[in-house]
Formats: sequence, structure tokens, C-alpha cells
Amino acid sequence: MNLFRKVAAVAVLMFASAGFADAQIKIGAVLSVTGPASFLGDPEKKTLEIYAAEINAKGGINGQKLQVIIYDDGGDPSQARTFATRLIEEDKVDALLAGSTTATAMAIIPLAEEAKIPLINFAGAVAAVDPKYKWNFKTPHTDLMACEKIFVDLQKRKLTKIAIITGTDAFGKSMHDQCMTVLTKYGIQVLHAESYGPRDTDMTPQLANIKAKADIQAVINTGFGQGPAIVTRNYRQLGITVPLYQSHGVGSKQFIDLAGDAANGVRLPAAALLVADILPESDPQKKVVVAYKTKYEAETKQPVSTFGGHMYDGFMMMVEAMQRAGGAKDKSKVRDEIEKTKNFIGTGGVVNMSANNHLGLDLTAFKMLEIKGGNWTLAE
Amino acid sequence: MAQFLQYAFSGLTVGAIYALVALGFTLIYNASGVINFAQGEFVMLGGMVTVFAHLAGVPLPLAALLAIAVAVLVGVSLHLLAIEPAKGASAVTLIIITIGASILLRGLASVLFDKRFHALPPFVPGEPLHIGGATILPQSVLVLAGAAIIVLLLWLFMSRTLMGKAMIATAANRMAARLVGINTVWIICASFGVSAAIGALGGVLVTPITLTNYDVGTLLALKGFSAAMLGGMGNPLGAIVGGLVVGLLEAFGAGYISSAYKDAIAFIVILLVLFVMPNGLFGKAGVERV
Repeated sequence: MNLFRKVAAVAVLMFASAGFADAQIKIGAVLSVTGPASFLGDPEKKTLEIYAAEINAKGGINGQKLQVIIYDDGGDPSQARTFATRLIEEDKVDALLAGSTTATAMAIIPLAEEAKIPLINFAGAVAAVDPKYKWNFKTPHTDLMACEKIFVDLQKRKLTKIAIITGTDAFGKSMHDQCMTVLTKYGIQVLHAESYGPRDTDMTPQLANIKAKADIQAVINTGFGQGPAIVTRNYRQLGITVPLYQSHGVGSKQFIDLAGDAANGVRLPAAALLVADILPESDPQKKVVVAYKTKYEAETKQPVSTFGGHMYDGFMMMVEAMQRAGGAKDKSKVRDEIEKTKNFIGTGGVVNMSANNHLGLDLTAFKMLEIKGGNWTLAE
Repeated sequence: MAQFLQYAFSGLTVGAIYALVALGFTLIYNASGVINFAQGEFVMLGGMVTVFAHLAGVPLPLAALLAIAVAVLVGVSLHLLAIEPAKGASAVTLIIITIGASILLRGLASVLFDKRFHALPPFVPGEPLHIGGATILPQSVLVLAGAAIIVLLLWLFMSRTLMGKAMIATAANRMAARLVGINTVWIICASFGVSAAIGALGGVLVTPITLTNYDVGTLLALKGFSAAMLGGMGNPLGAIVGGLVVGLLEAFGAGYISSAYKDAIAFIVILLVLFVMPNGLFGKAGVERV
């Protein structure tokens, strides 16, 4: 803990020494750079550093230099709360880009709300933006949107009777519950539901039950990590022929590596960033995602992930709002300007914020992908 | 019927791995009285070392042998560096040492390898075999056959070789074994090595089906321990039957009752059995030597 504080302090000092003299706008970030959620926080931190440096190199925001203060909460909500409090009270930041996970974001939102500081968070769950808080915004897609994207695709293929197999981790359960809320809207019937533990290594019994139900026209698997890869392998082993849908939680090359040949034919909703290379030139996001991917991979020598992209979207929206507000001193004006964001083209989709919608993404933010020959292809 | 067979295949494949882990527990427990909670880590090492050696360009069979060798080395070092220096300590202390060792091994694996999941190509490629409407992967057949061969070899080793007999003697009465000239330290050391080899071989065989990462060992140790308890701690036959029963309980529980409670179903049955038969299915009643 002590060491942790010292490291954080040193990090702050390094940033401070870099730009204290003429720093006039302070953006604070609390991210899960280490710990179990480091796959979220690490690319977020790198993205923030890369683009803050770029903005400063271009002369800052309306001539004012940016100072970014980043703390690492290690994925712990109570640490997130402590660091957010420090950013607000001691560092006196003008805005917050904070909360890598739903748990840490939920700890930070009330603080920003009370201090009246604009906050953009990077949590996955719907809860992190709804019920709406006045000062809180979020960039990542929700699991509800992923469900709806799948259901729209089912409608197109005239498939209405499905089975759902859920990983019992937080992600899988949340997405399962969200899917259940919009069944009637899309005329989908769930004939059979199964689940598996996040550490299970064999799902053939569950899938054998699904196979035995004659009327099922498609199967949806909500979950992330290695579970969906094993489900996909077992699915092919049993020779089930109806279409299999995975969630956006497996949107990485690793899924294809793990599932091998079995992955072919699987459909899943995913962000445009994942398929930057194969997007048609006509796609409005093409330029943005290719530019971000190229820059991120050149600077970090690591493959791009959608999570870093969420930070890119949040940071750019914040910067543009500050530009429109003529600086960051009037926090309420910055907040209003974020809310007025229209046609912002980010890595996650085209954002249209409003007073009732602090996420601003619609279903076009997801692309429906099909895996063919061990690679992503657009199914639309 | 097709479903019944499918559950049975699933249960037997998973159960065979539990059985190998349980067998590892049993061997070390018999020789030294220690319950080695790092047993699952041997399985992890078997899978992970094979994966990374294979990635580095080592042919698969050689990579598997290398993985087993690494696991044996780790098993023997675990005994020489951690268990042997603490000899004379209570059983609980020794168990805590093995838990510490398992955490250390997991941590090292996460740093030396990585935290991602990895797959191996199947050793016997090919389409799933269809039997009575159910399907089984050729690799699953290999896992079952491999487990059977390991058990057979272990039985031959124990009953036909001098060293195996020395192990049995050490298990029966360490003091008496030492009096007839058996180097019991060396025998216990060997039991760690053999357990590690069995665990690692299990890990190698099962990785193409179940995938592996740095912390697969935790759950396997728990399940293998339950299997060993169910069979009767210290009885090799009990360990094998216990492992298969736990695997089958999980598969049939998931298939016929509810997949949400499959682990609970398995553990409830184990608890009920232990309630009626406190020494497990094949265990002898504990006799306090005076």
C-alpha cells in the first residue's frame, strides 16, 4: 500500500515535471492498470498518454497545455474511490476519465456527481450509464446492445427459436439477463437454457441437451475467456448444425486460436476496431479506426484492443468538448458540451449524445462478424 | 440413450484426469503422510511447458517429454527444498508448505509463461467417433487409454520392482523400512517425482481438449483431492474410482438435473458418502498406532 502510494506519487511527479510550468488544464484518470483487469486498464493508460502527448505537441487545447494525472487502482473499487477523491480534492482536476471496470466506475460516479466534475467512464455494464447521472458519461458498448445486434441478425435469417448457454461469470450472467429483457421486442423464444462454470473444461453434457431439442434454430453463448472456445469446440464435436452466436466478449484473435477450426461459421457482434483492415472504404469509422490502430501499434508494439479504443473515444470527446467550451475552467459548460456531442466518429461507433442518453451509441456501433477460414469477415 | 452415452463419455474423460491427480495425492500421502496441494500444478506444468516448448519449435513428443522432465524436477525439488528440511513438523505445517509451493509455482508460471489460455493440437487428429448416437473425440480415447496405461505401469512398478516394494514398505511403516536398510528419504523423494510425472503426463494428454493456463492447477487439485477423499485417502484403487465417480457425477448432474448446480451436485454426493463411510469408499478405518 505504502509502496503503491509512492509509485503513484513518483508517476505524478514525472508528469508534473514534464508540464507543470504551463499546464493549465488537468485531466485525472483512475484506471486498473495492474491486477485482474489490467487487460482493460493497461491499453487505456497507454492510449491516454499517447494522445495527451499528441494534443500537447499540437499546442494543447485552445492554447492551454494539458496535464494528465493517472492513478492505478489495481482493479479494487475502494482504491478507485480513494484515488478519485484525491484527484478531485488535492490535484483539483478539471475532468475525470476514470473507471476501467463496472465495479470501479460505480465507485467513482457518485464522487464526480457530488463534486460536479465531468466524468467519462469505461465500464461495460448498462448500470454505469443508466440510471442517468448528470455528470457521468460512458464510451464502451453495453451487453444489451450486443444482444440486440444478435437478435436483429436472427430476425434477418428468420430464426426465432433459440437456446442460450451462459458462462456463470459476471459478464456472462449480465449479458444473459440483458438478453432476456428484449426477447419479445424481437419475437425471439428461448426454448432451452444451460450454463457452465467459468473454469469448466467440458460442456458436452449441456450441449447434448441442446442438441436433443429438435426445434432449436440457433444457439447463443454469453461468456468470455476460454469458456466460449471450449463451447465452440464441443459444439462441433457433437455435430450440432444450427448457427452458433458468440458474444462481443470473445472479440479477439485469441478466441480463433483457441477454438481452432471449430470457430469457422461462428457469428459474433464486435466493434469496428477489431476488423479495421477489412472495413469497406465507405464505412464512416474506417479512417478513425485505421489511424488509431496504426498509431497505437507503432507506439506500443502491441496489438490494438477495443479497450484502449474506448479511452481514445472518451479522451477525444472530452478534448473536443473543452475546445467548444473555450477551456476547462467552466466545468458545467464542459459537461453541457459533452452532452451536445453529435456525429463524433470514434473507434466504438458514431456517438450522438443527448440529455437522456449519455452513451450515444446505436446498433450500428457493432458489426456482425462471421469467422471464415480462421479469420474475421463481415456478415452484413 | 444417446444423451446418456454422451454424459458418460464426458464424465469419463474429465474423471480420468481427476483420477490421475487423485493418484498423485495418494502416492505422496502413502510415502510421506503429506497431502500435496501442489499436485494440480504438476498438471499445469505438463500442459504449459509442452505448449511453450512446442511454440519454440520443439516437436510435440519431445516437448511432452521435456514437460514431464521439468515437472519431475520441480516435484523432487519441492521435496528436497521444502518438505525434507521441515521433516518432523506436523502434517498441517507440511500441508501449508505445499499450499505455499503451489502459489509460488502458479506465480512463477504466470511470469515465466503468460496469463493467457493456450491450446495444443490433438495428438490423434481426426473426426469425432460416433458411438450409439453420441460422439467422442479421438483425443478423449487417448486420455482414457493413457490413464489406464499409467495405472497399469504404476501397478507393475509397485508390485514388480524393488523400488516399488520399498515404497510400499515405507508407506506401511517408515521406521521398520529404515531398519531393513531402505533409504526412506530417497523413497519419499522418488514418490514426489513419480507423482509429478503422472500429473504432468495427465496435463499433456488433456490440454488439447481442455486448454490450459497458469492457474488450471487450483481447481484440479481441489477436484483430485475430493476424488481421493471419496475413494479413501491412501488407496490407489480408491483414487481412480473416486476420480471417475466425481467426473461422472458432474456430467450426469449437468445433463439430467441442472448445469447451474453441477459442482454442487458432485460435492453433495461426496459429502453424503463420507457421512455414511467416513473413510471413503475403499478406505480402511483409521487405527491410531500406539
